[in-house]
Amino acid sequence: MPKLTVDGVELEVPAGATVLQACELAGKEVPRFCYHERLSIAGNCRMCLVEVKPGPPKQQAGCAMPAGEGQEIRTDSEMVKTAREGVMEFLLINHPLDCPICDQGGECDLQDQAMAYGRGATRYEENKRAVTEKHMGPLIKTTMTRCIHCTRCVRFSEEIAGVDEIGALFRGEDMQITTYLEQAASHELSANVIDLCPVGALTSRPYAFEARPWELKKTLSIDVSDGIGANIRLDSRGREVLRILPRINDDVNEEWISDKARYQVDGLTKRRIDQPWVRKKGKPQPASWDEAFAAIAKAKPGKSIAAIAGGLADCETMFAAKQLLGALGSELLESRQTGESFDVSNLAAMTFNTTLEGIESADAVLIVGSHVRWEAALLNVRLRKAAARGGAKVFVVGPEWETTYPATFLGEDASVLHNFPQDVSDTFANAERPAIILGHGGLAAGALHPALALAEDWKLVRQLEDGTPWNGFNVVQMAASQIGALMLGYAKSGGIADISAASPEVLISLGGDAIDYSQFEGSLKVYIGHHGDRSMQSADVVLPAAAYTEKAGTYVNTEGRVQFAEKGVFAPGDAREDWTILRALADALGAKVDFDSFEELRAAMVAEVPALGEEALADVGALPKADRGAKASGAITYPIRDFYLTNPIARASATMQRCSAELLHGDAIAEAAE
Amino acid sequence: MANRHLTPDTPELRARWGQFVFTPAWDAKAKAAIARYPEGRQRSAVMALLDYAQRQVGEETSTQGWLPIPVMEYVADYLDMPIIRVLEVATFYFMYNLVPVGKFHVQVCGTTPCMLRGSDDIMDACKARGMEKGHTTNDGLWTLTEVECMGNCATAPMVQINDDNYEDLTAERLDHVLDELAAGRQPKTGTQEPGRHTSEPLGGPTTLKEMVTENHDYRGEW
Repeated sequence: MPKLTVDGVELEVPAGATVLQACELAGKEVPRFCYHERLSIAGNCRMCLVEVKPGPPKQQAGCAMPAGEGQEIRTDSEMVKTAREGVMEFLLINHPLDCPICDQGGECDLQDQAMAYGRGATRYEENKRAVTEKHMGPLIKTTMTRCIHCTRCVRFSEEIAGVDEIGALFRGEDMQITTYLEQAASHELSANVIDLCPVGALTSRPYAFEARPWELKKTLSIDVSDGIGANIRLDSRGREVLRILPRINDDVNEEWISDKARYQVDGLTKRRIDQPWVRKKGKPQPASWDEAFAAIAKAKPGKSIAAIAGGLADCETMFAAKQLLGALGSELLESRQTGESFDVSNLAAMTFNTTLEGIESADAVLIVGSHVRWEAALLNVRLRKAAARGGAKVFVVGPEWETTYPATFLGEDASVLHNFPQDVSDTFANAERPAIILGHGGLAAGALHPALALAEDWKLVRQLEDGTPWNGFNVVQMAASQIGALMLGYAKSGGIADISAASPEVLISLGGDAIDYSQFEGSLKVYIGHHGDRSMQSADVVLPAAAYTEKAGTYVNTEGRVQFAEKGVFAPGDAREDWTILRALADALGAKVDFDSFEELRAAMVAEVPALGEEALADVGALPKADRGAKASGAITYPIRDFYLTNPIARASATMQRCSAELLHGDAIAEAAE
Repeated sequence: MANRHLTPDTPELRARWGQFVFTPAWDAKAKAAIARYPEGRQRSAVMALLDYAQRQVGEETSTQGWLPIPVMEYVADYLDMPIIRVLEVATFYFMYNLVPVGKFHVQVCGTTPCMLRGSDDIMDACKARGMEKGHTTNDGLWTLTEVECMGNCATAPMVQINDDNYEDLTAERLDHVLDELAAGRQPKTGTQEPGRHTSEPLGGPTTLKEMVTENHDYRGEW
């Protein structure tokens, strides 16, 4: 714990801190471009120069210098001021003055720091360097003349994403950032380099020339494209969400989000259901709300009514539907749309118990039936940290996929769980922090109880040496609604088959787009959702609802972490927030539910499931005892076939479709003439 | 600055170089280079391997050699490292040729000391023979490049031709060197000044003169 002074203020900093971090702890702002908290130190922009005594009488790069005992650091001296001005002048030698046509304008580090730390005027009269633009795929737009060679993007793709595809070619003034042979950056987190770029060299291609940052309304929300529940910010103007950016939450997404979370946003304005539809003579016809409700009331469901929650549903919607069904006397609730019927009686056996942050410190990881990169891209970042930095041994049961860290594939057959190679058993027997990660591919192969048995054998639940508890049993949920649905009781022991066996008069689908509706032949299928996707073809009554950006809601991620999202914009056309639709439907069906406002609904929900009222990890209790008789068998298949098209919003998004075609299927997309 | 660029990745380039593998001789050298580094650190040998690959390409094309993209991919594969990291190294260092060169790669130093000692004349002499900066002559014999300091300032001006330096040049001496090379003979490398061995002062030492004959102790004179 070195003691030092920053601008005359004495303070103690953690061992291993850098001078720059010490300055930050002292509350002093140090300008920087290449330094980033989550990336390795490069020390090549020279913007963070400070004066450090003892030492040579010159400025030191604060980001690369370790803080030492008794240092006197000055960030406010004349020497530092002129040094910053000098560095800024050098950076601006080749930087074009095209801020008025640059998408980074208004949120540009270089712009801000040139204002704060630069000279007032230029002395430069020579020609500026020009660099050809580089193709980096459908998401990243490049204007490489603006690049200041901070190499943040290079370090991100190498260190965080684990995909070495961006590099710095040539040298000195001629240095150019590019992908190999200008191939598209093609991993799931590629667009994060746009946030990292301190200038306008890498900007968002779909968002190009859309808006200026000061025009946008910022709303705090939660991503629903996977089960991670990444914290996001919706930037909207008028009635349209124009872009989605990550928020910093070290427990969940650090400061990254997947490309799908970021770029499915244009799907929110396409293929929207903006008015009710009622099927007449086999064809959906536009209808009014009254006609739609009348059509449902005509079915007189009584207690013969069921509800299935889709992957994007928020807890309030699911609870409102549950109240409605409860008032009518039905308990036919289900959330596993594809007919899965694994044991959900214990919530701990369904969640990611180690937590996303905790899994970073695991030293042995067994992944059973999960294509982690596609099912939870941000979890893969954590696993990469565990494997590449912490040296964790990773084993995977399931078809091979390209891991971004060293991993051993143990074959596709789930029966390997009962008969491990010796080195795997030894690794886990000797591991201090062992973990199992079970995906839906594994659950489908019946791996739940065998995995629980392994958890008992390998003592995945244990006290660590420092006394903290460790629970190494994890399930990766892919739907944002899944854990919330289970907490609200959206599960039958037999899965969706139990619902179809009850052949309800009315089936309410809360945005369920993966349901096979053919098993509900005799039911009146009411689809409450926001996109005219697969369900539109089967539903008898379609009620237009709000997408996740258009309603406040509670989401529980795969860890069991309860998070609140706020409403960013209004739903289009006649669409309404889901809970209001269910409230009106209750009136139409003559059921009495005890909520008239969103606050009352949320209060009732919290009264029933208190954990949903607090933004924290829900207490999911202890793991159940394993059923030793259960056997896992058969080849594992992964449920996701196309990372970019997993939900109705993404399927409606032109950007996601283009990513799918270009990055996954290798189609050459002709550049539109611009 | 040299205007360096990668040779475009074309089907013809793939067809010509896609099957590149080290010959047994170069392969042995490559293995030896990798063996200099600890297990798992084989990437450290990338510079040596790129050099060997360039030399093998040179042997196959009877030029100084260069690095086509498929060859760099082969090196990346050989070392189990991402191709972009290999490309970074190859584009950084000037001695890796990114475009085909001639049989003799004439690198004229144009940095200040050589310039003061007449590198402009050397450059003109090269151009007089039909060479053009950054290009290979039509007979495939000469490629002319202007380079920065090669560290031979004491014997300036100098050119580097493939692996050898030719120093203390004048236009006539350079012509002689180039004539010899063109004729398939190996001219004297190093300094071209008669009577000079390496970079010792011309006309005898100017300092520490007493040291010539004996191990003189200067300390009393300080």
